[in-house]
Amino acid sequence: MTLAGVRLATPAHRAGRRRPPRLLVLLSVAVAVALLLPLAFLLLEASQAGWHDVYRLLFRRLSETLLLNTVELAAGVSAACAVVGTGVAWLVERTNLPGAALWGSLLVLPLAIPDFVVGYAWNSVSPAVHGFGGALLVMTMGLYPLVYLPVAAALRRADPAEEEVARSLGAGPLTTFLRVTLRQVRPALSGGCLLVCLALLAEYGAFEIVRFQTFTTTIFSDLQLGFDPAGASGLSLVLVGLAMVALAGEAAVSTRGRLSGSGREPGLRRRRGLTPGARAAALAAVTAVAGAGVGMPLGTLAYWMVASHTTTVHPGSVWSALASSATYSAAAALVATAAALPVALLSVRFRSPGAVLLERSTFVVEALPGLVVALALVFFAERFAQRLYQTSPLLVAAYALMFFPLALVSLRASVAQAPPELEEVARSLGARSWQATARVTLPLVAPGLAAAFSLVFLSAVTELTATLLLVPPGVHTLATEFWAQETNTSYGAAAPYAVVMVAVAAVPSLILSTWFDRGSRRVAR
Amino acid sequence: MTRGEGPPGGAAAVEIVDAWHRYGSQEVLSGVDLDVERGRFVAVLGASGSGKTTLLRLVAGFERLASGVISIGGTVVDDGRRWFPPEKRKVGYVPQDAALFPHMKVAANVAFGLKRGVARRRVPELLELVGLAGLEDRYPHQLSGGQQQRVALARALAVEPGVVLLDEPFSALDAAMRASLRDEVAAILRRGPTTTILVTHDQDEALSLADRVAVLRGGRIVAEGRPEDLYRRPADPEMATFLGDANLLPGRPAGAAVDTALGRLVLLDGAASAWGAPPQELVVLVRPEQLELRSRSAAPASGGIPARVVGASYFGHDAVLQVAPERQEQGGAPLLARVTGVAPPPLGAEVLVTVRGPVMAWPAPAGELRR
Repeated sequence: MTLAGVRLATPAHRAGRRRPPRLLVLLSVAVAVALLLPLAFLLLEASQAGWHDVYRLLFRRLSETLLLNTVELAAGVSAACAVVGTGVAWLVERTNLPGAALWGSLLVLPLAIPDFVVGYAWNSVSPAVHGFGGALLVMTMGLYPLVYLPVAAALRRADPAEEEVARSLGAGPLTTFLRVTLRQVRPALSGGCLLVCLALLAEYGAFEIVRFQTFTTTIFSDLQLGFDPAGASGLSLVLVGLAMVALAGEAAVSTRGRLSGSGREPGLRRRRGLTPGARAAALAAVTAVAGAGVGMPLGTLAYWMVASHTTTVHPGSVWSALASSATYSAAAALVATAAALPVALLSVRFRSPGAVLLERSTFVVEALPGLVVALALVFFAERFAQRLYQTSPLLVAAYALMFFPLALVSLRASVAQAPPELEEVARSLGARSWQATARVTLPLVAPGLAAAFSLVFLSAVTELTATLLLVPPGVHTLATEFWAQETNTSYGAAAPYAVVMVAVAAVPSLILSTWFDRGSRRVAR
Repeated sequence: MTRGEGPPGGAAAVEIVDAWHRYGSQEVLSGVDLDVERGRFVAVLGASGSGKTTLLRLVAGFERLASGVISIGGTVVDDGRRWFPPEKRKVGYVPQDAALFPHMKVAANVAFGLKRGVARRRVPELLELVGLAGLEDRYPHQLSGGQQQRVALARALAVEPGVVLLDEPFSALDAAMRASLRDEVAAILRRGPTTTILVTHDQDEALSLADRVAVLRGGRIVAEGRPEDLYRRPADPEMATFLGDANLLPGRPAGAAVDTALGRLVLLDGAASAWGAPPQELVVLVRPEQLELRSRSAAPASGGIPARVVGASYFGHDAVLQVAPERQEQGGAPLLARVTGVAPPPLGAEVLVTVRGPVMAWPAPAGELRR
């Protein structure tokens, strides 16, 4: 009751003044239902297998080991990523580090390198990189940009005046960093750590390579031994449970909406002048991170490419793998973007408690690792649609489900930049409803559509786990071919596929980031 | 300012009869009546939340009436059942934040509602009109706030609307820009035969720009008239303070005058006509600019109430002083006096206060007097 009152007290004509079109609501509900289906199938499968069996499986000794492994690793990698990511972000954004802009784009690159390629790079050079330590190293180097990116963005947005006020009130540089700067970036930091945890829970390939046992690797090897619905669904549910815990933990820690509300453009960004010694140390630190995160994997790939002159990889097979990867990924990107559009429109344009709930429910898939989504679809095909099993539509559906949140996030931002006021003005100038949409809203949303498409596309191209499970027989994608060669320890033969994957993922992300910069400048007032 | 008194400009450009509107269970407009004659500049003045923007949005066709009738140029565009969409209404809408299309250059923004051939000729004309000639190829983000508002105005005028709706178009601008832009916009709008409705919460803006001002409060128009009438003869003390600084004094009727602590003051013609039964107590409105201050040392013998300057707000062009009468029958509360900024008396100066011109008065409510 009070909640509704508060809603009405805000300027009613700005938000939720109109009833959303019925079609929009229907489409959004359909999307939300589709996104909840994997979890439903999983629960259905577990209950069919018998909760008793599931229960027994979960409480054997192995599960305890797996849980400990996974939680320890999640804690370790999150902490390491938080330190590395925040550290380099501060050095790049707030100090007079030489070549800060160059470092800024270099340090993001590990995002374009799939984690199983990072694992391969380290492990193929030194088999000593294995077990917990190996997993910690590989995953930290692969995932720290997930912390670096949001924290750097938060540092750019944060009002430097707050730090200055702290200094003027007698706080030293360290106190200021801990009490002011860290507070400013806390939502970004916890959000980044959440992404790290979710990526960790979903990872399979890298752990398989460094021979570290987690839920995903166990589910996978169980599947290879024989299909056991009880074991697979039970372990998957634990995995989903862990992801939910991570999501809930982040929600509790981050103080959403408490971002510094000064709302003004941060003025001149002052950079701290480091002493020559500190500057050298900073340079060394950044070089070490970039070297380990980017130089090492790319260097190894280059090495194996050269070395692979001895092992012959037919260029044609790389091309055909690229073609099938690109086809599946493009189809999935189309589906995910199309599905995200109604949800974004509904949640931004017609914000109401119902719309918010609907939007939140679509984020449940965030807690579903790719392996789990794939398993759920396998269950679905086994039970309801035998003919779909190991066909292209099922793989495309898996990609679309897994990467839907990426599409939604990028679309939301651009839909918010096309406020309904603009369409109203267009209408008052004589444009019909559809003309206003075509001439005003669509051009403004177009960059978001392109971004959503590209993000889903490049995520799908580098996806391994669900692909291995769902790829139609006889079809080779970049990821499956890489994997086949890697498991044969044909490192040289694996390299070309990895190189193409990295190139495909890196090029669009670079274009995207520059385009986004331009777009945001153009819309900003 | 005389246009409001001129011959009526034919049929009403906009006629709003008994307009009701609600969001959910919250009533926003409860029976608004407003006639806007062709060629007039009408300001709807209301506090935030009074429903003034909703009224404008109803005229534009962005909202639908719950009940009532809105006509534009004699055509019923909304009667709670039939409803013309915005594009059929020929209204020009200038929103608060300009709402320029961010992906279009200035020229494309202005040309949005025009056919291609017409646009080539009209866009330069319109930009000339709003003083932005030569900025065709800028993007909105390359313009200042004031320039954006001018483009929004040009864009609205391009379609030669029957009525132009201004939704607080100056409120987002800084003070200096606001004053110059609003004079300029008023001049542009008065140049043509345009009918304009401005909604604002700023009484200076409403009084200085409009031919007629309608005060919207609690979802109804509670007063409507020429700015000087509203300011000098407000319907009640609350309206008086809403429209500007006011000294409200207790008084007793004395024929066509009223006895107050400032002496016997002449009532405005017809001020007593609405009183009904002869009241015992009156509330008297003395605007700060009606108070005249003279130095006591310079004119020791002349009349006036002895008082002392106890506070001052200096504005440059003028100053508002707080003067406390020395005899405490005032209750000690100081009066506001607006004086020119040339040489205002200093703090502590001893002055004589007299009242210029006739004053407005109403029967005092049973309770206590508020200032």
